Amino acid sequence: MTAQADIQVKQLPGDFAIWLFILAELSVFALFFILYAITRLRFPEMFAEGQAQLSVLAGVGNTLALLTSSWFVVRAQQKVHAGRAGGNVFLLLALMSAGAYLWIKSTEYQHSVALGFDLSTNDFYFFYYGLTAFHMFHVILGMLVLVLLMWQNGRGKYRSGRMNEFESGASYWHMVDLLWLVLFPLVYLL
Amino acid sequence: MKYQSQKVAKPYFIAAIGLFVGQILFGLIMGLQYVVGDFLFPEIPFNVARMVHTNLLIVWLLFGFMGSTYYMVPEESKTELYSPKLAMLLFWVFLVAGALTIVGYLAVPYARLAELTGNDLLPTMGREFLEQPTITKIGIVIVALGFLFNVGMTLLRGRKTVITMVLFMGLVGLAVFFLFSFYNPHNPVLDKMFWWWVVHLWVEGVWELILGAILAFTLIKVTGVDREVIEKWLYVIIAMALITGLLGTGHHYFFIGTPEYWLWIGSVFSAMEPIPFFMMTLFAFNMVNKRRRQHPNRAAVLWALGTGVMAFLGAGVWGFLHTLAPVNYYTHGSQITAAHGHMAFYGAYVMIVLTMISYAMPMLNGREAANSNKSQVTEMWGFWLMTVSMVFITLFLTGAGILQVYLQRFSDAPLPFMIVQDKIELFYWLREFAGVVFLLGLIVYIVSFFVKGEEARLKPAEQTLVE
Repeated sequence: MTAQADIQVKQLPGDFAIWLFILAELSVFALFFILYAITRLRFPEMFAEGQAQLSVLAGVGNTLALLTSSWFVVRAQQKVHAGRAGGNVFLLLALMSAGAYLWIKSTEYQHSVALGFDLSTNDFYFFYYGLTAFHMFHVILGMLVLVLLMWQNGRGKYRSGRMNEFESGASYWHMVDLLWLVLFPLVYLL
Repeated sequence: MKYQSQKVAKPYFIAAIGLFVGQILFGLIMGLQYVVGDFLFPEIPFNVARMVHTNLLIVWLLFGFMGSTYYMVPEESKTELYSPKLAMLLFWVFLVAGALTIVGYLAVPYARLAELTGNDLLPTMGREFLEQPTITKIGIVIVALGFLFNVGMTLLRGRKTVITMVLFMGLVGLAVFFLFSFYNPHNPVLDKMFWWWVVHLWVEGVWELILGAILAFTLIKVTGVDREVIEKWLYVIIAMALITGLLGTGHHYFFIGTPEYWLWIGSVFSAMEPIPFFMMTLFAFNMVNKRRRQHPNRAAVLWALGTGVMAFLGAGVWGFLHTLAPVNYYTHGSQITAAHGHMAFYGAYVMIVLTMISYAMPMLNGREAANSNKSQVTEMWGFWLMTVSMVFITLFLTGAGILQVYLQRFSDAPLPFMIVQDKIELFYWLREFAGVVFLLGLIVYIVSFFVKGEEARLKPAEQTLVE
């Protein structure tokens, strides 16, 4: 009975502090998304032209890579939580998926730069480069977090079922994924 | 006080307060020159008074940071300072170099000072806040290196805590970004760009780490709240400070000749800069509410809470007021900036140094934990006089700024600068009056150190809670 009550009380996985941090990060992105929307309303043609230059296929590739990566992190979490081996294998797969995302992103940037577009071309390109690069830095930070989790897991830190740190890192990674799920339709599709 | 070597903090604190007095005196001179243009001319021209006012501020805050570090690090690391002798040597070097520089500003014309100090060999002078002769700048670097070495060696051999790591990151950052004061490109756009790397990345970047660490340390001491809880807050606060503060540099790149996208980057990230300051306020009040002990040094608790509130108002709210590019287009470099500058520096950095001094000085003077009640009441009078008059200085300057922006830049028939200055004279008089009250507050604050009486002690049950 009490055990069940405990489960119901503890709703947030990971540390409370990481959720404060996630909330702050989401606000920064939210502000950017709102500004993007407002600017797009003002210059619909500029944005339509810019979007036409982007590769939807690459965007889908990015999305799949990040979603898959998040799934691997979930699998890793289950393994580690159950005290079974293989957590690090899944984390490695998650890192590889994230690597695929980075690779696709860099080819996209190369393509756009080769066409002569940069941050100062116009407001659309400012938002395109600005938003996606800001997001990409979060992917890179998230990857560093995953590496840290692998290292700590390798040392057996989570063996005793103390998953607080692992869940915090995983929550951050899901946030990065979630942000892309907003960013992709916003910048590439709509 | 648990370690003998913490004592080196004391001269640093005394020097800091001494220079603070000098800063305020020159502020008052300058405030009067706003309305009585030839006051003390030609002995102390406005530009010299301004240079002394701002340079003294920076130097005394640095003394305060160093003193705080010397007090905190042995206690956090649970070991004596690596070399108290080096700390004392650097104290004298820094004090003499600082004093000579100020004498140089006052004694000879600035251009002559540049000549005398060999600025031709490596030109670094002539830029706002970085006016120091090149040799002084080199001296600052040497002092900083010695200081970081001393603190770093202590950290290496002692216990490593989140607080000391954050503090050390802040101090290293402070030293590293100061190096950009030696980079003086001919292109004025590049010059300004990198000038902000010192100015902005100090006060809206690495200094916030130092502020956070000192606040966390004093809160642990006066509230007895678990270190783990405080450290978690510290992590989140500094992460937010860096995320918003680093790219927030963009709010200085709006109109200096840098590409247009800085309008976006600067506006968005600096609009977020109040967040870490707001979290600091929540942090301070939360910890004090959850306190597990009634620390006898109530003055230090007041300073800590005051820092949270005033930093948020001065740096957060007053910063946000004019940080968005479309607003800044009108307010750039007006009295609005001066209003923000005054309250932000006071609320964030002056108050955190005074918090640390308030907490540490009784122990440095050989008391168990706190000064007498009478002394504390005097100190709190100083707190309120200075803080309230700073609020008024800020409000008067804001009033002056709003009028200035309207009359000079916004109205359909804009007026010339000097005409507008005449029209807003009343606000300058009111500001000067508030400044005099500030000086009174500072005098009361200093007097509190000499008020005797039976010292306030820890209750026996609480002594065990002191780590």
